[in-house]
Amino acid sequence: MARPVVELEGCTKDFGGVRAVDALDLAIFEGEFLSLLGPSGCGKTTTLNLIAGFVEPTAGRILIDGEDVTSRSAHLRGLGVVFQSYALFPHLSVFENVAFGLRERRVPAAEIRRRVGDALELVRLDRLGRQRPAELSGGMQQRVALARALVYRPRVVLLDEPLAALDKKLREGMREELRAIQRSVGITTVFVTHDQAEALGLSDRIAVMSHGRIEQLGAPREIYERPASRFVADFIGASTVLRGRALGRDLVALAPGLTIRVAAGEALRVGEEVEIAIRPERVRLASGPGEGAAEARVEGLIYQGSMTEVTARLADGQRVLVFVTEPAPMPLAPGQLVHLQLPPDAFMVLA
Amino acid sequence: MILRLIVLALAAFLTVPTAIVIAVSFNPGAILSFPPAGFSLRWYVNVLTYPQFQRAALNSVLVTAWAVALALPIGTLAALALERARLRGRNLWAAALLSPLVVPGVAAGLGFLILAASLGLLRSRSVLIAAHVALVLPFVVRSVWVSVRNLDPALERAAASLGATPWRTFRRVTLPLLRPGLFAGALFAVVVSVNEFVVSLFISNRVTEILPVAMFSYVVNYTDPTIAALSTLFILATFLVVWAADRYLGLGRVFLQH
Repeated sequence: MARPVVELEGCTKDFGGVRAVDALDLAIFEGEFLSLLGPSGCGKTTTLNLIAGFVEPTAGRILIDGEDVTSRSAHLRGLGVVFQSYALFPHLSVFENVAFGLRERRVPAAEIRRRVGDALELVRLDRLGRQRPAELSGGMQQRVALARALVYRPRVVLLDEPLAALDKKLREGMREELRAIQRSVGITTVFVTHDQAEALGLSDRIAVMSHGRIEQLGAPREIYERPASRFVADFIGASTVLRGRALGRDLVALAPGLTIRVAAGEALRVGEEVEIAIRPERVRLASGPGEGAAEARVEGLIYQGSMTEVTARLADGQRVLVFVTEPAPMPLAPGQLVHLQLPPDAFMVLA
Repeated sequence: MILRLIVLALAAFLTVPTAIVIAVSFNPGAILSFPPAGFSLRWYVNVLTYPQFQRAALNSVLVTAWAVALALPIGTLAALALERARLRGRNLWAAALLSPLVVPGVAAGLGFLILAASLGLLRSRSVLIAAHVALVLPFVVRSVWVSVRNLDPALERAAASLGATPWRTFRRVTLPLLRPGLFAGALFAVVVSVNEFVVSLFISNRVTEILPVAMFSYVVNYTDPTIAALSTLFILATFLVVWAADRYLGLGRVFLQH
């Protein structure tokens, strides 16, 4: 990562009385794949529209390559955009759709032919140039949209939930393909999604957004393993959040007689209320009582093939989610008493 | 069975008057009688050689051509404004634009007459053209509006992101996608303008009058089947326009799309 290609400085966007984006600061670096991840209404698409120039910020600045483009209209920003609905021009052939950006740039006809051909080859659609978009499948339309946004070599490509309209199987295939294409072209990419698996699998960095702000910005592993807030812990992957009081620098009491050891990065302040979270795949079933094991009663079981999702209730009433991978160490039934092994280093202390 | 009879009766009710006019137009005698006493094309010859009809036909072509040529861009802009611009009281604007549909022709004609008289334009064809623009505008606005609504705003954003200026976006994306609405609107406009009578009667004279007005003047003075022959030609022309539009421009698809 060298210098920032896109910078948002204190960007705010209000729609009527609603604040969609709230004093957002974000720098996107050369060649990186950055995801804006969050639930609907978190401001991620508005952020994308701000970068694209489709909406103007109520306050703040937008820079591309260090140049202030805040009030520059979209057609002068030279970015590539892939829309959720693909927004392919229905009256133009696949070839003309891809050629659109080149024609607007007055590229000579021979070069247009060559570059559109290359772009269609990149997305493996080189034989379909004469078709109309409506004649293609969703996955193919998606690839045309990608080719159209890449063919004029924009500084940055913005992807607005590009996989959301595809069915599951296709989506997973396209995900790999998208990453491979982005790597081979080496283009700076901003990817908007509400799907954490997509964000985790594709990104160099993820900005988790909520209520128009960035809750956490970091590498996928960092976001998953060290969520900075309860919101991030909840939104990324499944997790169990437990409330308790710090008894010592690494000891949390959930209830009298129920203490948990936590290997936190920094020492806990004794007497303080804390929230700690643990991923369900880190919880193990222990054969009996022992160090770091807590007693719990099985409440629910959801068999999912490769694993079983177990909900168990601790003595103090708080629920813990456990993924028991197959083969299960013991037969399980609702109402059964089990011992949960809660490794200290698996706990995340939430701010 | 009952339903079938009702449909049959309705179809007859709607087509019989037309059939009678067509039949009468071939009557050799100089009276409007039915059934016809024989077969003759003399009234068709009369239609084509009557100087006032020739002049009126030319007027009709001119007025309709001008009215449609003006109403299309005006109506398209109006439809875009109604859908896109955040207008205060949009429904009121829409109602104003569509009002010629519900205002009685006599009222509109009188209005145009007084307006034209006060502007000293009574002898001019421009008042007639202006009135026709107003009368066909609702049809253009309605059909283009439907196309504007069907237009995905993301398409225009996509064009902008690809480097197209607002004008280029309009030329290369918006306008081509409004084409079905424009065709349908133009077709309605032609049919309405060509058949317009009441308003035109108020604001035309012997020099500027269009075909339906000339036909009315003729009927007032003569009672031979010439007018039936002209009506038959009129019906045929209108039918041909609609048929050609359906055949070559896919009017059926335009309507189904709505």
